[in-house]
Amino acid sequence: MKPPVFEYHRPASLTEAVDMLGGLENARLLAGGQSLMPMLAMRFAFPDHLIDLNRIPALAGIAEDGGTLRVGAMTRQRDLLDHPVVRARLPMLAEALEQVGHRQTRNRGTVGGSLCHLDPAAELVAVATALDAELEIAGPRGARTLPMAAFPLGFMTPALEPDELLTGLRFALPALPQGACFTEFARRHGDYAIVSAAAILWPRDGRIGRASITLGGVGPVPVRLEAAEAALAGQRADAESFAAAAACCGALDPMDDAQVPAWYRRRLAATLVRRALTTAWERADVR
Amino acid sequence: MSAEPVRTVAFGVNGETREATIPVRRTLGDVLRHDFGLTGTHLGCEHGVCGACTVLLDGRAVRACLMLAVQAEGHEIRTVEGLADAAGALHPLQQAFCDHHGLQCGFCTPGMLTTLVEFLADCPDPTAAQVRVAISGNLCRCTGYESIVAAVLDAAARMRAA
Amino acid sequence: MTGFPDTRVLGRDVPRKEDPALIRGRGRFVDDIHLPGMLHAAFVRSPHAHAAITAIDTAAARAMPGVRAVFTLKDLAPHLTDTRLVVAMPSPAYRLELHRPVLAHSEVVHVGEAVAMVVADDPYRAEDAAAAVDVQYDPLPAIADCVAALRPGAPTAHAGAASNLVAEMVVEYGAVEAAFAGAALRIQKRLLVHRGGSHSMECRGLVAVPDPIEDRLTVWNSTQMPHACKRMLCDLLDLRETQVRVVTPDVGGGFGPKLVIYPEEVAVPLAARLCNRPVKWIEDRREHFVSTTQERDQAWDVELATDADGRILGVRGVLVHDHGAWTARGLNVPQGAVAAMPLAYLVPAFRMTIKVAATNKVPVTPIRGAGQPQGVFAMERLLDEAAAALGLTRDEIRRRNLVPAERMPYATPMRTRGGIAVTLDSGDYPLCQRMALDAADWTGFPARRGGGGAVRRGIGLSNYVECTGRGPFEHVSVRVEPSGRIVVATGAAAMGQSTATMLAQVVAEQLGADLGRVDVVTGDTAAAPIGLGGSNSRQAVLAGSSAHAAAVRVKAKVLEVAGELLEVSAQDLEIVDGMVRVLGVPGGGVSLGEVARAAAGQAGFVLPGTSGPALAASEEVVIDAMTYANGSCVAEVEVDTGTGAVRVVHLVFAHDCGRALHPRIVEGQLMGGIAHGIGNALYEFMAFDENAQPLTTTLAEYLLVTATEMPKVTILHHESPTPLNPLGIKGVGEAGVIPIGAAIASAVEDALRDYGVRIDRLPLSPVDVLALLDQSTVLPST
Ligand SMILES: Cc1cc2nc3c(=O)[nH]c(=O)nc-3n(C[C@H](O)[C@H](O)[C@H](O)COP(=O)(O)OP(=O)(O)OC[C@H]3O[C@@H](n4cnc5c(N)ncnc54)[C@H](O)[C@@H]3O)c2cc1C
Ligand code: FES
Ligand code: FES
Repeated sequence: MKPPVFEYHRPASLTEAVDMLGGLENARLLAGGQSLMPMLAMRFAFPDHLIDLNRIPALAGIAEDGGTLRVGAMTRQRDLLDHPVVRARLPMLAEALEQVGHRQTRNRGTVGGSLCHLDPAAELVAVATALDAELEIAGPRGARTLPMAAFPLGFMTPALEPDELLTGLRFALPALPQGACFTEFARRHGDYAIVSAAAILWPRDGRIGRASITLGGVGPVPVRLEAAEAALAGQRADAESFAAAAACCGALDPMDDAQVPAWYRRRLAATLVRRALTTAWERADVR
Repeated sequence: MSAEPVRTVAFGVNGETREATIPVRRTLGDVLRHDFGLTGTHLGCEHGVCGACTVLLDGRAVRACLMLAVQAEGHEIRTVEGLADAAGALHPLQQAFCDHHGLQCGFCTPGMLTTLVEFLADCPDPTAAQVRVAISGNLCRCTGYESIVAAVLDAAARMRAA
Repeated sequence: MTGFPDTRVLGRDVPRKEDPALIRGRGRFVDDIHLPGMLHAAFVRSPHAHAAITAIDTAAARAMPGVRAVFTLKDLAPHLTDTRLVVAMPSPAYRLELHRPVLAHSEVVHVGEAVAMVVADDPYRAEDAAAAVDVQYDPLPAIADCVAALRPGAPTAHAGAASNLVAEMVVEYGAVEAAFAGAALRIQKRLLVHRGGSHSMECRGLVAVPDPIEDRLTVWNSTQMPHACKRMLCDLLDLRETQVRVVTPDVGGGFGPKLVIYPEEVAVPLAARLCNRPVKWIEDRREHFVSTTQERDQAWDVELATDADGRILGVRGVLVHDHGAWTARGLNVPQGAVAAMPLAYLVPAFRMTIKVAATNKVPVTPIRGAGQPQGVFAMERLLDEAAAALGLTRDEIRRRNLVPAERMPYATPMRTRGGIAVTLDSGDYPLCQRMALDAADWTGFPARRGGGGAVRRGIGLSNYVECTGRGPFEHVSVRVEPSGRIVVATGAAAMGQSTATMLAQVVAEQLGADLGRVDVVTGDTAAAPIGLGGSNSRQAVLAGSSAHAAAVRVKAKVLEVAGELLEVSAQDLEIVDGMVRVLGVPGGGVSLGEVARAAAGQAGFVLPGTSGPALAASEEVVIDAMTYANGSCVAEVEVDTGTGAVRVVHLVFAHDCGRALHPRIVEGQLMGGIAHGIGNALYEFMAFDENAQPLTTTLAEYLLVTATEMPKVTILHHESPTPLNPLGIKGVGEAGVIPIGAAIASAVEDALRDYGVRIDRLPLSPVDVLALLDQSTVLPST
C-alpha cells in the first residue's frame, strides 16, 4: 500500500495553483490528504501531478464578515470546530464536525477537501447543504460563486471544471431565532454516517413557522425533504407532526449496497428525522 | 510516469533538524521509520484508520501514513522517541501506561501516546468518556482499552499536580 | 484472588519486562529490522476467487527500475524439495488433500492467493512492478457459501475435485437416539455464526538473511511458531538444522493466524538465497484481509433434548464449517467448536456430525477462541430456548445442568482431537455463575428494564468451559551466568501476552526474586533446540511449568555449591536478589555470579557439589491432559428499535483460570478478549459476495471495536488451582472472547421479547436487528 509515482508541486499562491491546475495533465489537488492519500495508497488514483494546497496562506482562515462567516477551503476541520463564532452562532455546524472522523483526521482534513471529495455520507456536505452555504470557486476564467445546493452534480462529482478549485465558503449567520440539530447514525464513533439528518426549525407564535430538513447518506447527493418541510409549516410542534414529517422518508429512493440495503436507509432516515426535529424544537427559543 | 521524482527536504524531528533526499511519493511514516531510523512510529494500515502511525506535527496529532514526507518541510515533528525528557525520564503518560498495563504487544502504543499528548494539552482534566473519544481513532487489538483509559486519567492527574 | 500466598514475585503485579523498550518506541518489530543491501519483496495476488492461470508474463516487471528479480513457481521449483506446504495436522477424516502451493501456478482458488513475487530495491518499486506482472486468467465458477458448497451440483472450489467435502467426522458418545426418543422437550435450532479475521495491529512479515560464507539462513519472522517454521524451511529448501535460524522479534499481536506457515515464509527466504541479499517482506493491511487466515462461517443445525425439569438428556446435530480454499492448519476449528459445546454441562449423550466444506475464500484456521465461541453460542442458544419452553428462568435451567463442584475432577465421556480423555480438572461452575449474576444484579433487572419506548433493555447470560494449555510440552532452559545474570530461553513465542515477564517471575521466584537480573529469550531457534510456540492459551501452562521445574533444579544446585563455598549446609541458605546467604542473615554470603564461576569449573580441579558443572537446567515438563478454565458472563444491553443499534451497557465476567501469575496481566488478557468478543457479536464481519469476492478489505469497512464502543466491564475472579501442573495455573489468553457473543445474543433476545424475535445468528448488525423486527409478527406493546 504505497502511493504510485507522481510529480509533486507546491504552489505558494492561488494564481500559481490555478496556473498549474490548468497547465498540467492529469493533476490532482492535495488538501488534507485524509481521503486522497488512502486512495493513492490503495492505488485507486493515479495522478501524474499532485498540487499541494497546504502552502497557500490565503486559502486558510475563518473570518466573520457582517452577517456571514467566511471559511477558507484549506481551513482544517479542527479549526472550524474550535472557532468561537461557530460554537456560538452555528452550533449545528459544530455538532456535525464533532462527528467527522477523529481528532487526528480533523487536525489535517480540510473543509474544502471534504466538500470536494463529496462522499454522500460526509457530514460537512450535509450540513453545508442544510445551512445553504455559498461556495467560492476560482479558475483560469476568474472567480464565481455557487449555492451549495447546486454543487453536487452526482455521486462524488462536484460542479467544478477540471481547472477549477474551491477557495472557500460562506455561511449566513442566523438572524431569526431558530432551533437546529444535526444527528447521524454511524456504526462507531468517527465513522462516516450511514444516514445523517439536519433539521432547522424557525418558531412562530409557538408553532413551527418554517422547517428545513436535509438528509445525508440516502442518495448520491444530499436530499432536502421538501414535502415534510412544507407539511410542517404552521403546524404544532408535537410528536404527531414530527412523525408525519418522518413518514415522508417512505418516498425516498436510497442507495442499496451489500452492507446497507435501501429499506434500512429509509427506516433510519425516518428515525433520524423524527429525532432531529424533536431536538431542534427543544433547542428553539419559543418563549 | 517512470522516472522517480525526488526532492531534498529538511524538517525538525524531536528537536533536531533532519534532512533527506527522497522520492516525493514517500510517506512521512516511511521516511521517519526507514530513512531516519525512528522505528517507534508504527504502520498498522497505511490507509488512515488504525492510528498507530500518529505523530505530532507542530504539536497536533496527525496520521504519518497520510502525509508525504515532503509536506513536512519546515515543520516540527515529534514522535514517541521524543516524549521522554532530555534526561531520559518517561513522560507521565508513558509512566502511567506502564503502571496500568496500558500496553501488551505495544504496537498501537506510540500512536496512542502521541494522540494523548495533544489531547491532554487541550483537555487537562478529562472525563473517561472524553478520553474514549480522544482515542477513538486508535485501534488496539490487545488491551480492550480499559487499562489505557485508566492510565490517561492517572497521567492527567499527575500532570495537573506537577 | 487468593493467588500465591507465600511468594515474592509470583502472583504479584510486577512491572513488565517488555515495557521499558516498547514504551519508548524502542521495540524491535520485524519491520524495524534494517540491513545493508536489503531488498524488498511484493506479491502478485489473484483478483479472482477461482480461475485457471493460462500465462504469466514477467518481462515488463523485470524491466522496471529497481527490480532485481521476479519469481513464479516455475523459477522456484528447482530449488524446492516440494512445491506444496504440507502443514495439515493429522486426521483420518480428510476426503480432500488441500496442500497449498508455494506460489499458485495453474489455478487460483481465492482472491489474494500469491501468484508471483517481485524483489526490488524498495517496497514502493516492488509494488509498482507487482502491478506490471501480466497474469492471464480464465475465470472459473466460484463457491462462496459453505452450505451451498455441499449441495449436489455446486461448483467445486478446486477444478476437478469430486466435491467440496474436505472432511466429515462424528463426535459422539452415549445413547443419543434413546435420549431423544424419551425426552419431554426437544428444541431444534438453525444457527449461523461468523467470526472474522484476527487483525493483530501488526500484519505478518519477515526478513530473510542469507549468509553465503557459512551457507546459513537467518529469518526474523513475525510468527507464533518459530520452530515449525524452521522445520518447514529445512524440509523445503533441503537445509540442515544447523543452517537455519528462525527468530521471532517483538510481535505486534498474533491471535491465531501467526501460528500458520504461509507461502510467503518459504518464498521470501528462498528469494534471499537466490538473490544472495537480505530480503524483507511486510504484509500490508489489504493483503492481510485476503491472505492471512480467518475464521468465518459455521452453520449449526442442532437439537437439545431435556426432561420435564429441564435436565439435559442429549444434544445432536450437524455443523457445516467453511474451511476456505486450502488446509492451512487442519480441522481444529470445527473440532474445537463441537468440543466446547457440552463442556460446562452434564450432557449424557452427544452426537455432532462435522462437515467441512471447501470454499473459494481465504483458508480458515484458529482465531483467538478457536471455534469455542461458536460452540458456546450453539449450546447457550439452545438452553435459552429450552428455558422459555419450560417456563424456567435462564439462570435456573443452567443451574440444573452445570457440572457441580463436587463432581470435580469430572471425567467426561469426550476425548480431545489427539485422543486424550477430557477430564474437567477443577472449578466451581455454579459458583461462577452466581458471582456473575450477583455482580450484574440479575434479580434486580426487571426494575431496570423500563417501559416500552424506542430503546429496549435486556439482560443475558452464558457459561463456558475452555480447554487450555495444550501439551505435550514446552522447552525452557535456565542458566545462571558468571556475571550473576539469569538467562531463561524457551521455545515458547511471545506475541504481546507478557511471556517474558511471566517466565521471569516463575524463575526469579526460585532464584532470588530480582526480576531485573533475569533475561528471557523467547522464540529463537538458536536459543532453544525445540519448541511448540504460542497457541491454545498454552504458554503460561506449559512453558511456566517447565520454567518452574528448571528453576527449582538450578536453585538446588546453587544452594549446594554455595553451601560448599560457605561451608554451611544447603538447607540453611537462601537466595535474595543476587546473593546466596545464610537464612535470615543479611550481609555476607556469596554472590550468584561467584557461585556460577565456581560451578563452571577449572581445568584440573574437582567441581564443587555433586551434580555436575554449570548452574543450568533445561526442562520439557510433559503434560498431556489439558486444563479446563471456566467462566460466566452476563451482558446487559440496550436495543434502539429506531436504528437497530445494540449498545452493551454492562458486562460482568466471572471466571476461573486457576492461579494468576500476574493478576493485572490476566485482566489485560481477558479485557482484550472481551473487546474481541464484542466485535464478533456486533461489528466484525468479513463480507464476500456470491462470487467469493471480498467486500470488506479496509479497516474502515471491517469494523474493530474502538474505545467508544467498550461498555462498563466488571471482572470477577475465582481460583481453582489445577492439580495438573505445579503452579496450579490454567490458560487465559482466549477466555475473554468465548462467552461474549452468546451472552449478548441472549440479552438482545430478552430486550426484544415483546416482539418475540429469536437471535440465531452472529454478528448482529443494526440492519439484521431491524430486519428481525420487521419479520416479527408479534405486535409490541408500546
Ligand atoms: C479514519 C478516517 C475517518 C474519517 N471519517 C470521516 C467521517 O466520519 N466523515 C467525513 O465526512 N469524512 C471522514 N473522513 C474523511 C475526511 O473528512 C477528509 O478530511 C475529507 O474527506 C477530505 O478532506 P481533505 O482535506 O483531507 O482532502 P484530500 O484528501 O486532500 O482531498 C480530497 C479530494 O478533494 C479534492 N480537493 C481537495 N481540496 C480541493 C479544493 N480546494 N478544490 C478542489 N478540489 C479539492 C482532492 O483533489 C481530492 O480529490 C475520514 C477520514 C479518515 C482517514
Ligand atoms: S498506519 Fe496510519 S493510520 Fe494506520
Ligand atoms: S497493545 Fe497490542 S495493539 Fe494495542
